[in-house]
Amino acid sequence: MNTHIVSAFDEELAELRKLIAQMGGLAEDQFGKSIDALSSSDRELAEKVIASDEKIDRLEKELEERAIKLIAKRQPMAADLRAIIVAIRISSDLERIGDLAKNIAKRTLAVDEPLPRSVNAGMKRMAELALEQLTDVLDAYARLDVGKAQDVWVKDSRIDALYNSVFRELLTYMMEDARTIGMCTHLLFGAKNIERIGDHTTNIAENIHYLITGGAPKGERPKEDATSITPVQLPAK
Amino acid sequence: MDAAVAEKPTRFETVMTPAEPVIMKERKPKIVTEGVTVHYGDKQAIYPLDIEIPDRAVSAFIGPSGCGKSTFLRCINRMNDTIPTARVGGRITIDGEDIYDPALDVVQLRARVGMVFQKPNPFPKSIFDNIAYGPRIHGLARNKTDLEEIVENSLKRAGLFEEVKDRLQSPGTGLSGGQQQRLCIARAIAVNPDVILMDEPCSALDPIATARIEELIDELRENYCIIIVTHSMQQAARVSQLTAFFHLGTLVEVGDTEAIFTNPQERRTQDYIMGRFG
Amino acid sequence: MADVTADTSRTRTGSWNSDQARARTRKRYAAERRFRMYGIGALCFALAFLLILFTTIIGTGWTAFLQSKFLLNVTFAEDVIAPDGKRDEQALRLANWDKIARTALYQAIGADEANRKQRKDANELLSRGIDVQLRDMVLADPGLIGQTRPVWLLAHGNVDALLKGAIDRDIPEARRQLNDQQLAWVDAAVEKGILSKKFNSGLFTFGASSQPETAGLLVAIVGSFFMMLTVALLAVPIGVAAAIYLEEFAPKNRWTDLIEVNINNLAAVPSIVFGLLGLAVFINFMGLPRSASLVGGLVLTLMTLPTVIIASRAALTAVPPSIREGALGVGASKMQAVFHHVLPLALPGIMTGTIIGLVQALGETAPLLMIGLVAFVVDVPSTPLEPATALPVQIYMWASSAERGFVERTAGATIVLLGFLFIMNALAVFLRRRFERRW
Repeated sequence: MNTHIVSAFDEELAELRKLIAQMGGLAEDQFGKSIDALSSSDRELAEKVIASDEKIDRLEKELEERAIKLIAKRQPMAADLRAIIVAIRISSDLERIGDLAKNIAKRTLAVDEPLPRSVNAGMKRMAELALEQLTDVLDAYARLDVGKAQDVWVKDSRIDALYNSVFRELLTYMMEDARTIGMCTHLLFGAKNIERIGDHTTNIAENIHYLITGGAPKGERPKEDATSITPVQLPAK
Repeated sequence: MDAAVAEKPTRFETVMTPAEPVIMKERKPKIVTEGVTVHYGDKQAIYPLDIEIPDRAVSAFIGPSGCGKSTFLRCINRMNDTIPTARVGGRITIDGEDIYDPALDVVQLRARVGMVFQKPNPFPKSIFDNIAYGPRIHGLARNKTDLEEIVENSLKRAGLFEEVKDRLQSPGTGLSGGQQQRLCIARAIAVNPDVILMDEPCSALDPIATARIEELIDELRENYCIIIVTHSMQQAARVSQLTAFFHLGTLVEVGDTEAIFTNPQERRTQDYIMGRFG
Repeated sequence: MADVTADTSRTRTGSWNSDQARARTRKRYAAERRFRMYGIGALCFALAFLLILFTTIIGTGWTAFLQSKFLLNVTFAEDVIAPDGKRDEQALRLANWDKIARTALYQAIGADEANRKQRKDANELLSRGIDVQLRDMVLADPGLIGQTRPVWLLAHGNVDALLKGAIDRDIPEARRQLNDQQLAWVDAAVEKGILSKKFNSGLFTFGASSQPETAGLLVAIVGSFFMMLTVALLAVPIGVAAAIYLEEFAPKNRWTDLIEVNINNLAAVPSIVFGLLGLAVFINFMGLPRSASLVGGLVLTLMTLPTVIIASRAALTAVPPSIREGALGVGASKMQAVFHHVLPLALPGIMTGTIIGLVQALGETAPLLMIGLVAFVVDVPSTPLEPATALPVQIYMWASSAERGFVERTAGATIVLLGFLFIMNALAVFLRRRFERRW
C-alpha cells in the first residue's frame, strides 16, 4: 500500500501497532507465567505476575490517548479509521487478557496445595491452546493475515470442548469429596479464565477481519461451551 | 480475499459502491449522462462517463486537481460552450431532455441549472439588484411587489435575509466573504432552478462561513438537486449523500457517501481518501 | 525527512552585525540612494523644461489679453450717420463711421483738423476696425443717434505695440512706425488717461483679420468646437461598438487577429496621412466644401477611432471574467451580460480613453492644414459646413506673421489652447473618479 503523503501520519500509526505488539508480548508472557505458577504451585512466580499486570494497564491507557489524538488530528478515513478503532478494541481485549492472567495467578495463591493430576493436565492443555491462539492472532495482526485470524476464530471451539470436560471433572471431585470444594471452586474460576482468554482472542480475530475487509466474519462463531447448560446431578442422600 | 488491494479495473469501468447505492434507490435520477466526453482541442479531458445524479439530494464530486470534476460540472449547464476549444460528446439529459439538443435555448437551461462559483462573484450592484436581475431578465415578476417578494424569499432561503434586510440598497460587494457567497446562492435560487451546481463554494471562506453554507446546503437539498465539487473530503463526507471519485478524467467509483468513506472498493479511491497518493 | 540540525555543510549567511553584513548593507543603501537621485534628477529635468515652456509662453502671451484703447467722447451726429433721414440697416451700414470716430479723436488729442498732415497722422492712431465697432453699437441701440457718449475705441496696432514697449523710441524717425508727432500725442493721451490698456475681449469675439488688434479666436474656437462635436458624435459610438464586438462577440480566428493588428497600426499612422485621405475622399471624391469644419471633424474622427477602440478594448478586457460568468450563470444571454454588466464596469476606462482621444484631436494641426482649414475666415461659421478654422491652425497662421501684435497673439492663443486641454483632462479625471466602481 502506498504510504501517506504526510509521513508523520504513517509514523503515528506505526506507533500504535508497536504498542499493540508490546501489550501482546506482555500478555503472552503474563499468561504463560500464570499457568506455570498454577500448575507448579509456584507462589513466587504468581506474585510476580500479579505485580506486573499494571504494565499492561498503563500501555492500554497510553494507546487509547494516542488513538484519540490521532482521530482528532488526522480525520482518518476508510482503512485508517478502521485501523485506529481496531487498535483501541484490541488493546482493550489484551488488557482484559492481562487481568485474567493476574486472576489466575491470584487463584494460585489461594490454592495452597498441588492440583490433582488430570485436572492439572486438562488445564495445562487448555492453556497451551489458548496461548497458541493468542500468539497466532497477534501474528495475524502484525502481518494483516486475515486467513490466520479466521483460523483462530474457528479453532476456539476446541478450548470450549476441553473446558467442558474440566468442568465436569471438577464437579465430580466436588461431589465426591466435600473437602475439595474450596480448591475446586478456585480451579473452576481459573479454568473459566482460560476459556475467557480464548474468547478474547477470537474477539481480536474478528477485529482483524473487520480491519482488513471492512466487515464482520460471516456466520456465527462455532461455540461448544456447554457448561452453562450442564445439569448437575447431586448424589441422592 | 484482501479487498483493500482490489484489481485495478480498466479505465472506463466505474465501480458502484455498494453495488446498488441506497440513495439511487430512494431518489429518482434527475440528471443522466451517457458516454460523455470532453476535449480541449486535441487533449481529452473526460473519458466516456456514465452517471446518474439523484434528485433532492447532494452529490459530491471529489478527486485530485485536474481530474476533470469541474470540467464535467460545467458541462451540465453548458458553461463549457463559452470556451472556444472545448468539444463535448455524448448525451446529458435532465428529466429526460437532452440538454445539448440544438433546439434547446441555452439561456433557459442556465436559468434551470444555477451555478455558484469558487470565488464569490456578486455583481457590483445593490444587494436587491443582484438578486432581482435574474427574475427581471426572465420575466418572473409581474410587478414591483412580486419582485420584492422574490428577493425576500430568496434571501430568506439562503439564510441571509435577517442580516441584510435593512440595507438591501447597499452594494453587494460590501458584504463579508461568507455573506457574499450566500448572496450568490440566493441569486441562483431566485430564478427558481431545478439543479444547483456548486464549484468549490467554500474554498475561499473561513470555517464558520463554511459551516453556515453547509447548513444551507443541508436545508436546500430537500427541494433541489445539488451537485458540489469539493477538494475537502471531510466536507464531501458531511454534506453529500452520493459521492463520485474522479481520476485523470475517468469516473473511478461512485456510490453512497458513507460507504465510500468507510469502505471504498477501488484502490485509487482508497488511496486518495486516506491521503496516500504518492 | 532530512535531518536539518545535522547539516553542517551548509554555509550560513552569518549574523547581521558582522563586518561583511554591514558592508553589504551600506552598499545596498548607497545603491538605493543613487537610484532615488536618478529618479529625482529625471523628474527635475522634465519639470525644468515644463517650467521653461510655461514661462516662455505665458511671458510672451499674457500681454495678448490686454489691448490699447482710446477713451473718446463720441458724438453720434445724426447728419453724418443718417444724412437723408434713413435709419434702416442698409443705410446705417454705409454711414461714415470713420468720420465720427476721427472727429472725436481730433478733439481729444488736440489735432488740427484743418491741417492735412495732422489729420493723416491722427487717423493712423486709430484702428481700422473702429468703424465696425461703432456701427455695431448703433445697430444694437439706434437710440444712440444724436447722443454723445464716451466710448473705448481700439487704438492702432502700432500704438498698442508702443504702449507694450515693442517700438524702440531711439531709432531715427524715418525708420519708426510712429513719427515724433504721433509719439507726442500718444504720450499726452496716456498722461491724460484717455489711452490705456484694457482687457482684450476682442481676442474671443473677433474673427481673422490682417490687423492684429482686430484679430480674434472666435472663428477658431467655434471651428474647433464643431470638430470636437463631430468627433464625439461619430468616433465614440463607432469606436466603442467596434471594441465591444471585437472583444466579446468576434470569433477568435485569423481574421480577427488581422483586424486587431491593423487597428493597432492605424493608431501609429502619421496624422498628415489622414489629411491626405480626407483630401482625396471627402473633398475630391465626395465634394464636401473645403475648409468646412465638418470635413475637419471627419478627418479627426478617422484619426481618433483607433485610439478609442484600443482604449475601450483595454477597459473591456480589464473587467474580470468572473462577472461575465456570474451573469451567464444566472441565465443572461451574451448580449445581456455585456450590456448590463461588462459595459457599465468598463465605462470609466472607456470615458478616459475617449477624452484622451478628443484631447489629442483638439491639438492636431497637420491633417487640418492638408484639407484647407488654413483659410482666412472673418465671419463666425454658424453651421459645420461653412468655412472655419481650428485653434492650432490659427496659432500656426499667426505664427507666420512677424508683427508684434501677432507674436503676442500666437502665444496668447497657445495659452487658450492649453487652457482647454487642461480643462478637458481635468474633466477626464473627474469623470473617472465619479464612475469608478469597485468590483
